[in-house]
Amino acid sequence: MNASLEKSAKREVSFIVNGEEKILFAHPMERLLDVLRNDLGLTGAKEGCGEGECGSCSVLLDGMLVNSCLVPVAQASGASIITIEGISTHGLMSPLQQAFLKCGGAQCGICTPGMILAAVHLLEKEPEPALSDIREGLAGNLCRCTGYMQIFEAVARAAQLRMAK
Amino acid sequence: MRADPADYKLVSPRNLQAVLSLLADEPSQWLPIAGGTDVMVLYSAGKLPNRKLIDIWGIPELRQIEVLPERIRIGAACTYTALRRHEIISRDFRLLALAASWTGGIANQNRGTLGGNIANASPAADSLPALLVYDAELTLISVRGERRVAYRNFHTGYKKTALAADELIQDISLPRKFAGYASHARKVGARNAQAISKVCLAALGQCADSVIRDVRLALGSVAPVPLRLQETEHLLNGNKIELSLINAARKSVMKEIRPIGDIRSSARYRAAVAANLVAEFIEKLAVEGTYA
Repeated sequence: MNASLEKSAKREVSFIVNGEEKILFAHPMERLLDVLRNDLGLTGAKEGCGEGECGSCSVLLDGMLVNSCLVPVAQASGASIITIEGISTHGLMSPLQQAFLKCGGAQCGICTPGMILAAVHLLEKEPEPALSDIREGLAGNLCRCTGYMQIFEAVARAAQLRMAK
Repeated sequence: MRADPADYKLVSPRNLQAVLSLLADEPSQWLPIAGGTDVMVLYSAGKLPNRKLIDIWGIPELRQIEVLPERIRIGAACTYTALRRHEIISRDFRLLALAASWTGGIANQNRGTLGGNIANASPAADSLPALLVYDAELTLISVRGERRVAYRNFHTGYKKTALAADELIQDISLPRKFAGYASHARKVGARNAQAISKVCLAALGQCADSVIRDVRLALGSVAPVPLRLQETEHLLNGNKIELSLINAARKSVMKEIRPIGDIRSSARYRAAVAANLVAEFIEKLAVEGTYA
């Protein structure tokens, strides 16, 4: 590429990740996914396709489900981010994670963090989802193991448990 | 090859004026980035030609939806999620709300923007045929001032637009006169979520005593630009719906479109599906149009 081009400097970025304030230096165009994985050691979010089609890098950015491979880190400055590592409490699985385990919704595990975050986002908006809502809410997350049925079942089960409480 | 983030500059101006000043100072050098669902894909693959990007995601003026008595004005950086959740859009501009629901999965709808879709100018974009049938008008803004452009004149060729080097799309305005029309939208693709369309249709029209009035047909993925089917509309308007008219419309659609064969579909398949989708709408209009 053009060698005469000036390099951009790293800049301070601060945000809240899973409830903790983080301050680091990064190039503004670094992908949020890479900063989470490489700088913060949060390797739950995975890189699948790197182009926003598979959903395995899903995180919540100010409560919105996003593909972290498509977010320049500068755009996350000042935001609150939740990754899969922030879904369990004190090392205990959330009811949604337990439902995935119980229903066989996780097999190889690559898609699972993204599936769980997409499901969290769905249940926030739609606490009693119909199967069509679950299918739509998770349509941006690809799984090559389960055939999806166990995942839909897990989300439906978690929703029922939540409502029963 | 993967891009090196150190080779790219990204600035986040605080307001619209600062964005426009940058665009004016070095025309064609700066690429606006909103939700990044197109730009970041090219960037990650090392295929983004621009090295300087302006972040417009946080500019409040571009994120508003303003409802006026005669029009609705949608800020260019409004997301598909914002369109889907908006009461008036989901009620009176169903074709746009539906297209928004087809655009990628939820994560992409949370970030992808209508203005981005327009500027990116893909002939396969699902929301663009809806803008054509709703007579959308764009406000283009620069330090020189603002100008209005009819959306039907915006795309000048494959991925070419009327946007000047120092201009930004500020908003998309739709007249509120179609609430009583029958509408129909269909996307034909490999799967409903995520897949890019082989063909998509947005259609509006009125019908009384089986006679068609003000029919509006637009198709995606059948030409270098999102295409309004003016000849077919002309053929249909003022005529009574019957089999011979539907067959004539099918022929007219096939004549009017310029589909290509690519990785997603063949030209022949696209032509057949385009004609079927228009025929399907006319049949629907015969049943539903009288309620309008």
